[in-house]
Amino acid sequence: MIEMQDVWKAYPDGTPALREVSIKIDRNEFVYVVGPSGAGKSTFMKLIYREEKPSKGQIFVNGFHLGKLKQRKIPFVRRNIGVIFQDFRLLPQLTVYENVSFAMEVIEAPKKQIKKRTMEVLDLVKLKHKADSLPSQLSGGEQQRTAIARAIVNNPSVIIADEPTGNLDPETSAGIMRLLEEINFRGTTIVMATHNRDIVNSMRKRVVAIEGGTIVRDEQRGEYGYEI
Amino acid sequence: MKFRTLARHLREGCLNVIRNGWMSFASASAIAISLFVLGVFLLLVMNVNNLASELENTVEIRVHLDVVVPEEQIASIQNEIGKIPGVSKITFVSKEEGLDLLKERLGEENEDIIEGYEGDQNPLNDSFTVKVDEPRNVEAVAGQIEAINSGQSPPPIVKVQYGEGYVEKMFAVTNMIRYVGIGLVIGLAFTAMFLISNTIKLTIISRRREISIMKLVGATNPFIRWPFFVEGAMLGIIGAAIPVLVLYFGYGAIVEQSQVELGLMMLQLLSVDQIGWKVFGSLLGIGVLIGIWGSMISVRKFLKV
Repeated sequence: MIEMQDVWKAYPDGTPALREVSIKIDRNEFVYVVGPSGAGKSTFMKLIYREEKPSKGQIFVNGFHLGKLKQRKIPFVRRNIGVIFQDFRLLPQLTVYENVSFAMEVIEAPKKQIKKRTMEVLDLVKLKHKADSLPSQLSGGEQQRTAIARAIVNNPSVIIADEPTGNLDPETSAGIMRLLEEINFRGTTIVMATHNRDIVNSMRKRVVAIEGGTIVRDEQRGEYGYEI
Repeated sequence: MKFRTLARHLREGCLNVIRNGWMSFASASAIAISLFVLGVFLLLVMNVNNLASELENTVEIRVHLDVVVPEEQIASIQNEIGKIPGVSKITFVSKEEGLDLLKERLGEENEDIIEGYEGDQNPLNDSFTVKVDEPRNVEAVAGQIEAINSGQSPPPIVKVQYGEGYVEKMFAVTNMIRYVGIGLVIGLAFTAMFLISNTIKLTIISRRREISIMKLVGATNPFIRWPFFVEGAMLGIIGAAIPVLVLYFGYGAIVEQSQVELGLMMLQLLSVDQIGWKVFGSLLGIGVLIGIWGSMISVRKFLKV
């Protein structure tokens, strides 16, 4: 599903970000990526959805060889990956419904299907009643649920979540985690970078720890392992 | 591309103009102001050019014949001049007509200067007034007319006049006016393009986030570009329509107003019909092109992710 073989990444200005990263993530796994700030978590995530290209090594996602991928093929890799961020990244001038259906318009899905599927995922994230609201009228948790709806609307096989609960209070975060778990339960692989110790320790999953640009720990049902 | 997608791009492009209200306003204003200045200059330059042409068209060749030339020969000379390429019109002015013209030009109070020269006392020659179709050829044509004299004795043509020296200077001035005018218009057009594309670039930079999100959910580059293309064209149309309307009605009013005052100086502005849709159409075209071009080059920068 996701496989990295001896991946190195240095940014154009020479800053090394990752070294010797090899990992295999199977279908339907739920993986926490933990580690100090600046350790390379974000770079690791960006490599998966091809926001960044590896300097060395090979990355396979859903059968695409990302290192060799042509520029104009990138959109097609991303259609199979849903991405969620700490800052939600919703389009402020579009309603909740439009923010979600937008991801389907982009892949030129039939109009009927867009409507049906958008309402379906809005129902899943419990935002059906807010379909016509603008992001500015929503709470942080609701905004993140909109972002999740957008991420899953095209039925991606992988969700990449970069600190999805970073801006949310514990109660709201728990709601988001339940939602992600449900999505995982329905068959989607989830890779989630987080600093949230409570979440990692209470909802036990595979934990990959990155320090100084390399994987230092990788255990099933692991712990957060860092003091805050 | 599916028709449905094209319709979506058109809709999105138009909606974006409204959604980004103030930014659209800024871009359209930049287009409107630049094109207005450009349009004013264009009208100015066209009128100055027109005046220069009119001035040039006053150039004519005066061919004076010897007093002894018999009538049949006058006809044959007229015939020969008519055959010279570039000659558009020949008018025979007999010495009587010449005297009348002179009288007219002197005016009533000076008429007595030539009193007593009527009839057999007329000191003037018969002459031709020759017009050429291209004023710049006047010298060459004059030379060819003079050449009719060769081999005939006595030479039937006494003098060929076309304002030597004066005409060349006038052409130098009208030429300079044209070049300066064209230079100004081109310079202004470039300034306008720069100003407009810069404004549009600023409005799009503020939307790099939007573009990055589109990329994130798997939009292809053409898919992202299309609405911006439509939006740029819309801004161009809106921005150009304003100066076109203002210039159309404003210039029409100025032409009407000026008819009386300039008419006294024997000057005439080009009418709105003469300016026609060449100017207004090209302003609109330039507006649309610049709008599209500005948004395309700005978007391109953010597509390389």
